[in-house]
Amino acid sequence: MRETAVIVDRRPIHPGWLRATHWLNAVAVVILAMSGWRIYNASPFFGFRFADAITLGGWLGGAIQWHFAAMWLLAANGLAYLACNIGSARLLRKFFPLSPRAIVADLRAALRGRLPHEDPSRYNAVQRAAYLFVIADIALLVASGLVLWKSVQFPLLRELLGGYEAARRIHFLSMAALVAFVGIHLAMVALVPRTLLPMIRGR
Amino acid sequence: MTIRKSPRLPAIDAGAVVKEALLRIAQPSRRLFLRRSLTLGGLSLLTGCTIDDENGVERALMAVSRFNDRVQGWLFDPDRLAPTYPESMITRPFPFNAYYGEDQVPEVDESSYRLEVTGLVADRHAWTLAELGALPQADQVTRHICVEGWSAIGKWGGVSFANFLSRVGADTSARYVGFKCADDYYTSIDMATALHPQTLLTLTYDGRKLPPRYGFPMKLRMPTKLGYKNPKHIQAIFVTNTYPGGYWEDQGYNWFGGT
Repeated sequence: MRETAVIVDRRPIHPGWLRATHWLNAVAVVILAMSGWRIYNASPFFGFRFADAITLGGWLGGAIQWHFAAMWLLAANGLAYLACNIGSARLLRKFFPLSPRAIVADLRAALRGRLPHEDPSRYNAVQRAAYLFVIADIALLVASGLVLWKSVQFPLLRELLGGYEAARRIHFLSMAALVAFVGIHLAMVALVPRTLLPMIRGR
Repeated sequence: MTIRKSPRLPAIDAGAVVKEALLRIAQPSRRLFLRRSLTLGGLSLLTGCTIDDENGVERALMAVSRFNDRVQGWLFDPDRLAPTYPESMITRPFPFNAYYGEDQVPEVDESSYRLEVTGLVADRHAWTLAELGALPQADQVTRHICVEGWSAIGKWGGVSFANFLSRVGADTSARYVGFKCADDYYTSIDMATALHPQTLLTLTYDGRKLPPRYGFPMKLRMPTKLGYKNPKHIQAIFVTNTYPGGYWEDQGYNWFGGT
């Protein structure tokens, strides 16, 4: 049986738990961002409002219900992701080593369109930095969100973030950073579409 | 019953069959993907509603809101105090907020006013403002956090609500304390928050008699709850085990509304 002699590497580029948590996170982030914009509109502290058409919930009460439901998905899914990522040593293997020099070099190459994507199972330095950044950013969103939800019950977290009003700004700015990440992330997928399939079916 | 002869198989190329089978085995990811898509469909069935059923979504969100009530009840620490501030940090002017405009603030007549106390209490007599004013008074400078997101610091003075409940002989093992107000507002709180040391039946704002816009003749002030949980113009207080709901809560705001 010469045909079967070729051994195919069956290991997926993205394991099942990673794909599951990635897409569940995407659902949670979309719900949280759109409902969050509606909540922001109730009392905007920067000089603008989000168009109602891109918000979720219909009114403040509805938006809060969506927000405080999806927060459980984001938090539980995020914890599952971190547990699997750290437990399987994937975090260490995929994201490190990482140096500022490598990030700058890869960023320059990427901007010149010269960053190869030959092996989708390896992240380049820019990807490593971006994904680590977004993990930290979501952690900050959860921490500042906890202060907004329960400022009296989490005094240490509240003081660390500079109080309730400061936590509102931090929550907003880390949302803006997450939305910016998603924008770049989607643009990169559009530029290198063959990275999409492995995130759906594993390879 | 007729016994049929097994039909003759047409001549087949055994080699081609094996080749075809191997080809199919080599593509397990296709089947795996389909199987997982089916599981995703099954997952949506688990929620008990189809995604395009709007009432189903609303019911599910309300169920999560009830779950969040329980989580907040569990997170609530009866001894943990909300931060207090120096008087220099009081927000001036303190914002007016209600479900109606400032021109519709109810005028309550001081001389005929009586606070009704009913439900699971030993002493159901109605209180005059003078009687309430004669009880021990306390004040606090705390942050009022609105469900809309904004916050403001104010100074309220009045009677400790735990003290008041003990004076009227309230059954503190009951689940709820409900409030009915002169502006047709109504709300209810959990007993643990009612007994919190910073829960105050306020009669003054910033050292002066509570003005109509801030809830004359009295407002229940709880720095451990969002603004809409702090009723103004209170006319009746009742202790009960039957869930009383609230003006905003019945429309979808979270009932516990804790901070």
